[in-house]
Amino acid sequence: MNGIHDLGGLTGFGPVRAEKNEPVFHEDWQRRIFALNMAALAFLGPVDRARHAIERMNALEYLTTSYYEHWIVAIETMAKDLGYLTDEEIQTGQAGHRKPTPHPAPSAAMIEGLIRGGMPANRDDSQVKPAFDLGTKVRARNLEIPGHTRLARYVRGKAGVVTALHGCHVFPDTVAHDKGENPQPLYTVRFEAKELWGDNVTRRDCVYIDLWETYLEPLHEGQ
Amino acid sequence: MSQHDDSHHGAPARQFSRSDRSDEHNRDLAERVAKIESLLIAKGLVDKQALDRLVELYEHDLGPMNGARVVAHAWVDAAFKRRLLENATAAIAELGFGGLQGEHMVVVENTPQVHNVVVCTLCSCYPWPVLGLPPTWYKDAAYRSRVVTDPRSILAEFGTALADAVEVRVWDSSAEIRYLVLPERPAGTEHLSEDQLAQLVDRDCMIGLKKVRRS
Repeated sequence: MNGIHDLGGLTGFGPVRAEKNEPVFHEDWQRRIFALNMAALAFLGPVDRARHAIERMNALEYLTTSYYEHWIVAIETMAKDLGYLTDEEIQTGQAGHRKPTPHPAPSAAMIEGLIRGGMPANRDDSQVKPAFDLGTKVRARNLEIPGHTRLARYVRGKAGVVTALHGCHVFPDTVAHDKGENPQPLYTVRFEAKELWGDNVTRRDCVYIDLWETYLEPLHEGQ
Repeated sequence: MSQHDDSHHGAPARQFSRSDRSDEHNRDLAERVAKIESLLIAKGLVDKQALDRLVELYEHDLGPMNGARVVAHAWVDAAFKRRLLENATAAIAELGFGGLQGEHMVVVENTPQVHNVVVCTLCSCYPWPVLGLPPTWYKDAAYRSRVVTDPRSILAEFGTALADAVEVRVWDSSAEIRYLVLPERPAGTEHLSEDQLAQLVDRDCMIGLKKVRRS
């Protein structure tokens, strides 16, 4: 989707405001909503589902609410989509029904184990031959994707060079929609500032971005 | 830790944090979150002790002090630095750091010719095991939108001026790869211990917005 979250390359948001000695959380409700989203991971599913819940926010609301307010939307949206909560329960705070859960809520020790152990996104790639070698010129495809994607708008249709291959990673566009992990080669691709932003750009800058094989097509000489 | 000041005096210090949320608004949000918490506990989806432990870990155990140790170790141990640039996840694990949002680490090295900056334009991806949770500015629209197209203007706002000949590389964390910048070791620090070196390295240097200075 071409959501408001896809901010790369826009202008007009003003200065970057850094706060000196910023605390990890400013308000206790931020602590709680962070912890709730993390602790409920086992039931809410892949991180791309959470990202997509935020991406579906109304664009103006997205821009005018704070980061952890987005996390409130994320958990409410996912819990409703998955049938754990209803709008009425969220309004009243009174539990009306209880959807059976496949296992008990993870304990503090289990959650700590998850944080320390992580959830790798790579999968077995022994049977997969990547389509692109290091140094290959590629073009990010111009695709209309109605759902979740990590193909940022600012690289679509642009030419770059493969600089790293990371093996096969879970594909966000399907895993966010319960359509399977579909692991596929993940590459880092380098794009020059001139290619991304305009023929008149002379800055010696470039962007490296991680792109799945589906997002890329070969770039032939002369293109 | 951070020595730089907001370069825009008079502007609200923190966008979208307490400063522009009234007490009443914060009370409403707190109430809304409390309802979610009691519902999820009642429905067996979360465990109260697990919530408390999560907060404790991210407020105390996971933060830029971990990344600073990685950087300082790379400065004093050339073999470790080689391993770090080759397979960052494994090298960082040697120091006991890793886990959620750090499963696939890549470390990029600043040199006199190349300066690296990290962003997530699509959301807020950030290497939690070595830097903790990201600061508000990293998650705000201003940084995410502009750093890919005009990184030098943001570097300047953080007090970092680079010669035109220096190549600026912006790393957009669009997948589950997480990036950490290995800053240049400042001159005149040869006499410092690894612990003393780690004290010089702050968060913004490891995102790539500033250079490390001899204190």
